[in-house]
Amino acid sequence: DAQNAFKVRISIKTALGDNAYAWDANEEYLFKAMVAFAMRRYSSKSTTQISNVLLCNVTDRVSFWFVVTDSSKNVTTVPGSEVEAAIRMNRNRINSAFLLSDKTLQFLKITSTLSPPVEPSTPVWLIVFGVVLCLIVAGIIFLIVSGIQKHKKKNKESTERENLEEKVEVTLENGIPCEALDLKAGHINGIFAADDERFTSL
Amino acid sequence: LSATAEIPKEDGRPKWDNKFQYILSCIGFAVGLGNVWRFPYLCQIHGGGAFLIPYFIALLFEGIPLLHLELALGQFLRKGSIGAWNTISPYLGGVGMGSWVVSILVSLYYNTVLTWVMWYFINSFQEPLPWSVCPLNENRTGFNEECYESTSVNYFWYRKTLNITPDIAESGTLQWWLILCLATCWAIVYLCTIRGIETTGKAIYVTAIFPYLVLTIFLIQGLTLPGATDGLIYLFTPNLNTLKNPRVWLDAATQIFFSLSLAFGGLIAFASYNPTKNDCEKDAVTVAIVNSMTSLYASIPVFSVLGFKATTAYWDCLDRNIISIINEFDLPEESIMRKNYTSWISFLNSSYPEKIAGLKLKSCNLQEFLDQSVSGTGLAFIVFTQAIILMPGSQAWAILFFIMLFSLGLSSMFGNIEGVFTPLLELRIISKSAPKELLSGIICLISFLIALCFTLGSGSYWIDIFDRYAGSVPLLVIAFFEVIGVAYIYKIKRFSKDVEWMTGRKLNLYWHITWRFISPLLLLIVFMAFVTLQMQKPPSYTAWNPKYEGFPMKEEKVYPPWVQAICVLLAALPCVCVPLVALFHRVKQKRRSKDPSLVPPEVFSCQGPNS
Repeated sequence: DAQNAFKVRISIKTALGDNAYAWDANEEYLFKAMVAFAMRRYSSKSTTQISNVLLCNVTDRVSFWFVVTDSSKNVTTVPGSEVEAAIRMNRNRINSAFLLSDKTLQFLKITSTLSPPVEPSTPVWLIVFGVVLCLIVAGIIFLIVSGIQKHKKKNKESTERENLEEKVEVTLENGIPCEALDLKAGHINGIFAADDERFTSL
Repeated sequence: LSATAEIPKEDGRPKWDNKFQYILSCIGFAVGLGNVWRFPYLCQIHGGGAFLIPYFIALLFEGIPLLHLELALGQFLRKGSIGAWNTISPYLGGVGMGSWVVSILVSLYYNTVLTWVMWYFINSFQEPLPWSVCPLNENRTGFNEECYESTSVNYFWYRKTLNITPDIAESGTLQWWLILCLATCWAIVYLCTIRGIETTGKAIYVTAIFPYLVLTIFLIQGLTLPGATDGLIYLFTPNLNTLKNPRVWLDAATQIFFSLSLAFGGLIAFASYNPTKNDCEKDAVTVAIVNSMTSLYASIPVFSVLGFKATTAYWDCLDRNIISIINEFDLPEESIMRKNYTSWISFLNSSYPEKIAGLKLKSCNLQEFLDQSVSGTGLAFIVFTQAIILMPGSQAWAILFFIMLFSLGLSSMFGNIEGVFTPLLELRIISKSAPKELLSGIICLISFLIALCFTLGSGSYWIDIFDRYAGSVPLLVIAFFEVIGVAYIYKIKRFSKDVEWMTGRKLNLYWHITWRFISPLLLLIVFMAFVTLQMQKPPSYTAWNPKYEGFPMKEEKVYPPWVQAICVLLAALPCVCVPLVALFHRVKQKRRSKDPSLVPPEVFSCQGPNS
C-alpha cells in the first residue's frame, strides 16, 4: 500500500492566519472530490468516483494518507505514478480550492516544478545605469564647455586690457608723466644753476 | 586703475569659497567607509564600550597631533605634499613623494570598492531585490546549487557581482558589468574634481552632509526593529578584560590613524588652499572630534540592524526546529510557539529521546548569532543586504544605504585625488596654458585603465592585498618621518613660531610634548607591533571555492611567492622613496661641492611660503 499511497500535510493556519478554517469532514470530502477530479482529467475516463479516494490516519497536524482505488479493476489501487502525474497536472486547481499553496498543501512525494522568477526583457539595472551615465556625461560636457568659455573670456579680457594699457601708456619719469614736466625745468636744477657767480671759475 | 590687493602674497592660488567648505572637505576626507564598517566591528570584538578607552587615548596622543601637524604644514607652506616637504628640506622630499605614491595606489583600489557600491545601488531598483532569491537551475526542479548551499546574498555577491575565481592565480575574465560601473565611477570622480577644489568644494556640500541624513534615518528605523536593543546592548556592554590584550591597543591606534586619513598628502593639499591667517589648531581638533563622533554615531544604526538580523536568524532557527517537531509528531499547528519551545523540547526529549535525536535539530542560540561579526565589504554587501531584505520597503532602504556608502567613499576619494592632483599641478608637468581640466582628465583616465585589472575574476583578492599592504604600513612610515622631520629637522621652535603667526596665539605645551616625544614614539611602537604581527604567520587569504569540501565556508589559502613579492613591493615602494630622495640629494650636493666651478645653490631654502 505504501507504494501507491501518498502522505499529505496541510498547514492552514500558516497560510491563512486569522482566516483559517477548521479541517473537518466537509473539507475531507472536498479533498476527495479534487483528487477524483484530477484523476478524471488526467486519464480522461469518467470512472473515478469520490468513493475511490480513501483517506486514513488523519491527525491534528493536519496530515493524512490517501490512496486512489480503481473500482473497475477489482478494488486495486491505482499505481502511484499515475496519481502523481494527475496531481502534478492539476496542482493549481487543487491548491486554489483550498486557498493554499504548494508549500502549505504538501504532497510529500511529489515535487513541484518551480516557476522562474519574473525577468523583464531589459534588465532594470541597465536602464538605471543608462540614466546615471547620461546625467554624468551631461555634467562633464557642461563643465568643460563653461570652462572653455571662461578661458576665452579671460583671454579676451586680458588682450583688451593690454590694448587699453598701450593707449594709456605714457612715458613716465619718476612716476610723473613727462608732459606734466617742464623738461628744461626738470633737467636743470634751478637752485644750483641760478648762482653762477658763486662758483669759482676754473 | 585701482591699486592691487594689499595682501603681498597674492599668488593666484585657488582658494576655498568659505571656511565651511574647507572644514567639510577635511571631514569628508576623514569620514569614510571605515567609520561605518570597521569601527563598529572593532568595538564589537574588543569588548564593546571598553574599546573606547584605548580609542580616545590614541586620538589624544596620536590622531589630533598628527592632524594638526599636517594642516599647519599645508597652510603655512601653501603647497601640496611634494612641494611642502621639498621646502622643509630637500632631503625630506621623499616623504612627499611617498605620500603621493600612496595616494595613487589607494585611489586605484578605493574607487573599485565604490564600483561595487554603485553596482548594488543600480540593482536596488528591482522588485524583488536580486539578492533575495536564488536563481533556478537548468531543469527548473530546484535552485542553483551554489546558491542553495550558501545563501542567495552570498551568491549574488560572489557570483553575480564579482564572478570570483577560486584562486588568486586564476585571473578569470574581465567582467563587463563591473567595467561599466567602474567607468561611471571614474566619470563621477572626474566630474567632481574637474577643476580641483573649485568643483569639489561645491560637490562636498552634498557628499559630506548626505551620509549624516541617511544615518539618522537608519538610526530611527533601526531602533524600531525587533531585536535592535539586543544588538545595542551587545555592542556597548563594556568588557574591561579585553584591555589586557595588546592587540586591542594596536587596533585602536591603527584605526585612529587610518580613519583620519593621515599621511596621504590630501590634508596638506586641502590646507594649502587656505588663507595663511587661519586657526589650524581649532580646525584640527574639530575635524578629529567630528570624525570620532561620526564613528560612534554610525555604530548605533549598524548594530541595531545587526541585532535585528541576529534576532530574525534566531527566530528562523527556532521556527525550523518547531516545524520539524510538529511534522514528526503530527502535533496541531501552532501548538509549539517560540515562547514554550524550551519546555516542549525538554518534555519531548524525556519521552521520545531517539525521535528527537533523529531529527538532528540545530541548537539555536541568540548569542551565537550576535557573535558572528563581520567587517569591511562582508558587512555591507552580505550582512546588511540580508538584513535589508527583511525590512519592509526593502528597495528604499537598499537605495538609501548604497547612496550613503557611495557619498562616504566619494568624499574620501576627493581627498585622495587632491593628494595626487595638487603636487602634479605644482610640478608643472603640463604647461601652464593647458587647462586644469586636462590634467584631471588624464589622471582619471590613466587610473581607470589601471583599475581595470580589479574587474577581473580575481579582482577582489587584489583589492584585499592593496588594502592590507599599500594602505597600511607605508602610511605609518611616512607619518613617522613627517613628525621627525618637523620636530627635529625643521625644528619645533621654528615651527611653533610659524604656527603662532598663523593662529595668533602661543602653542600649547600639549603640542610640544606630543610632537616632540609622544607621537613619534607611539608611531614607532605601532609600526613595530604591526610588522611583527604580520610576520607571525605567512600571508594567507580566504578564497570562495564552490568545489571545496567545507563549502560554504571559505577556503584558507597561502599566497604564491610571486604574489608575496608584489605585496612587499606595494608596501616598500612608498617607504623607499624617503631614503632614495635623501640619497639623491646627498649625491647631488657632494658632486656640487667637488666641482668648484658650479655655484652652489641654496640647498636649505630658508624662505617661507613665497618660495
